[in-house]
Order: sequence, then structure tokens, then C-alpha cells
Amino acid sequence: MTAPFIGDALGPRGRRITQVVTVVSAVALLAFVVIAFGRLSDKGQLDASKWEPFGDWPVQKFFLEGLRTTVEVALVSMTGAMVLGTFLALARLARTGPVRWVTTLFVEFFRGLPLVLLIFFSALGLPTYGVDLSVFWYVAIGLIIYNGAVLGEIFRAGILSLDRGQTEAAYSLGMGYWQAMLLVVIPQAARRMIPAIVSQLVTLLKDSSLGAAVAFEELLRRGRINGEFFQNPLQSLVVVAALYIVVNFALSMLARRLEVRQRRRYKAGAIVVAGAGMDLALMGVQGDAAEAADTAT
Amino acid sequence: MSVVFDNLDIFLEGMRRTLELSVLSFILAFLLGILVAAMRVSPVPPLRWASATYIELVRNTPLLVLMFVVVFAFPSIGFTYSYFASAVIVLTAYTATFVGETVRSGINAVSTGQAEAARAIGLTFPQSLRLVVMPQALRTVVGPLGGIFIALLKNSGVAVAINVPELTSAATQLGTDTAQFIPAFLGAAAAYLMLTIPSGFATNWLERRVAIKR
Repeated sequence: MTAPFIGDALGPRGRRITQVVTVVSAVALLAFVVIAFGRLSDKGQLDASKWEPFGDWPVQKFFLEGLRTTVEVALVSMTGAMVLGTFLALARLARTGPVRWVTTLFVEFFRGLPLVLLIFFSALGLPTYGVDLSVFWYVAIGLIIYNGAVLGEIFRAGILSLDRGQTEAAYSLGMGYWQAMLLVVIPQAARRMIPAIVSQLVTLLKDSSLGAAVAFEELLRRGRINGEFFQNPLQSLVVVAALYIVVNFALSMLARRLEVRQRRRYKAGAIVVAGAGMDLALMGVQGDAAEAADTAT
Repeated sequence: MSVVFDNLDIFLEGMRRTLELSVLSFILAFLLGILVAAMRVSPVPPLRWASATYIELVRNTPLLVLMFVVVFAFPSIGFTYSYFASAVIVLTAYTATFVGETVRSGINAVSTGQAEAARAIGLTFPQSLRLVVMPQALRTVVGPLGGIFIALLKNSGVAVAINVPELTSAATQLGTDTAQFIPAFLGAAAAYLMLTIPSGFATNWLERRVAIKR
């Protein structure tokens, strides 16, 4: 999948060494897998009794409902975050200074915080101030605020990445600021940001698992409950991890495909948001952008 | 707000522990990440495959799931670690995937002329990687690596779920004890900002210092 990274192909000595190392490392990997499975079965982790529960519909339903709750909170939070993000992005590009500064403060403040802190204080603190909601909403509030700030930055980068000529052309047609924004800038910027938004959705899905720490009945928590009930924590958590991996991997592939299509269409690089943390938008885009730059030279 | 000032020592202790956890994990993740990146670009297919699989599996799994696996599931296969060690292991493994991807993009950003020149003077693949490509790649990705460190500082907060004392757990405990959540939250926020903002400055300074001048 990766082309030989060295400018020239390896010579006969290099090829021989590569072949030897290939065989040795393949054998080593195989040995590792065999030893791992051997150890698992020694400790009784491959026993049918530990894996049987997952064949029963009630257990499957338990997990699937957890997955559904996870997806629910992710979609709700994503929608809320997009609304908040749009508002923050536009506010940060406002022409009046104070609006910009307050918004910048808000965004930088919440982006610099751990999401887990937000969720904990939302779930533990809000009740003491009289705000009484279900855990779903405490988690959602934390997710919306944090991802709203991150998405706000992504949206702002998207709007700024648009050619100045577009706004100038809009003004020369007699459009006002908001007309130009709504009719010309935002539609184009929105199309460019779709891969970054999908990547952020993947991150959001992963972050929704933090709800397990505040007794939110989503997938991870259900996995733990199941593990305690059937005395199979390893198997339950493996199933949970597998579900997350499958869903996130599929979404990541989608994001990457969208990004490649976009780069072909618009010839501008996809949106890179500095300091977006370990959001996949940053990682995936950087890697591909660097590869594109490399092949271009 | 007096809650914060009366309990400054709690916040400082939390900051110290968070820094401890993050710095240790980052150093280990950095080393592991470079190894992962080197394997990822290696001409040996099994190494490439192993590295790619590791990256995709760990990157697509939530951090909290990984923590629960190490704390609740590993003992069943004989690996029992202290809470702190578990947190370090998980944070290292998780962060190393992002370091690996970033360093890989850095390697790809080094112009092929460098690799060609290395081959032309007779360096083997490991040698050209170690002596020519890696140093340049690492100097290119100092900025993103700094971003990863800042993200790690924030992610270390997840360790609160496995009983590791650090800043988030200290603030939560304080809020619960005094029922003054807003001051405790603002104190924790300020503490995290006091860790992340200097890190950002340090990253920028380091980036400027090691920038490759052409």
C-alpha cells in the first residue's frame, strides 16, 4: 500500500535482507499470536461459558440498546454542536471587536479544558444548582459545549479558506454582509468542511463513552455491567471495543473518501485545524496532505 | 470563590500529578510512536501490517474503553498493574498511535531527494531512516507533536475513572466535598489552562528553534 519510501528501489543486498526480515518478523508475529491465544486459553478466557452469553438475544439486545443510546447522544450532541459552532464561528468573524473578543475567550476557554471535566461537572454540579435533567442531557451538554467550540474553529477555518474573491464579487453585486455570508460564503465553505465534520463525529462517538463514568447507560457502561453479571469482563469489553472499532473505522473511511473526493474537486487542501487535539480531522488530513505534497514534488 | 484559594494546595497537587502522568506517558509514547512510524514505512510487509493494524485498532477505540480493559480485564489474564501504571500504559499506547501517524506524515514530507541521496552514498534503509530522514521528519512535526502533548494533558483527565489522583479527580472531590461546584470547576479550568498555555508557547519556541532553514 505504501510505495517504497526510498527514492531508489533496494539493490540485491537490500532485497535479500528485506526477504529475511520479512520471514523472521512474520514468524515472530505468528508466535506472538499463538502465545497470546495459548495464554488466554490457559487462563480460561476462551471457555465457551465466557462467550456463550453473547449468543443470547437478551444480551445482544442489551448491547444494541447501549449502542443505540450512544449513537443517539452522539447525533443529538453533533446537531447541537453544529448549531453552537456556526454561531461561534460567525461571532468570531464579526466586525465588532467586543463580540469577537468574548467569543474568542469562550472558545479558547472550553477548548483548553478536558471534556471529562466538563461532563463530570455537568453531571455532578448542575443538580446542586437546581438544574435537574436526565444523565443523557448532562452528557449531551458537556459534549455540545466542547464540540461546539471545536466545530466553531473548524467552521471558521472553512469560511476563511474561501477565496476572498468570492466575498468581493458578492459585494460588487450589491450584496450586504449577511447576504454575502448566507448566499455565497457559507454554502461553499460548508461543502468543504464535510470531511472534517465527519471526523469530528467519530471523535464525538468515542467521547460519548465518557458517560460511563457518570452512570450514563451507554455502550461501555452496559459492557461493564454485562461483564460483572456474567463474570466475563474481558470478553464483554472486547465486544464493546469491537463495536466501537467497526463503527468508527467505517466513519473514518467515509471521512477519508469524502476528503479525497473534495481535494480532487476543489484543488484546495482540506481543512486543517491547528491544535484541534487528537481529532482525527487533524491527523488524517495532515497525513494525506503531506502525502499529496510529497507526490506533487 | 474562596473555596479555590483555601484549597490551592489541592489544585497544585493535582497539577503536579497530572503533569507527572502526562510527561511520563508522552515520553514513552514518543519513543513508541517513532518505532510505530518506522515500522509503518518499512519495506517489510509484516511490519507495515502489524503497525497499521495496531494504529487502526487503538485509534478507533475510546480511551475509557482501553482504560477499563487494562484495569478490569487484564487481571483475568494475569496482568495486574497499579492504577497509575495502568493509566500510563493506556495513555502511552493511545498517544503513540497519533505520534506514529504524525511522524509518518513528517517522513512523507521529507523530499525524496534526501532518501535518494542517502541511497546514493550507500546507506542502508535503517541507516538512511535513522541518520537522514528521521531527524528532518521530526524537526518538521514539532508543532503537531506539541498539539498531541496538549491533547494528552487533557486526556489524562480520563484517568479519574480508574481512581488515579490527578487534577480532574481533585477538583471533582473538592466540588463534592464543599458542594461548591462552580468555583471548583473554574479552579480546575484555570489549572488546566496554566498547564496547556505554557505548553503551547514552549512548542512554538521549540518549533522556531529547530526549524529547517533552507
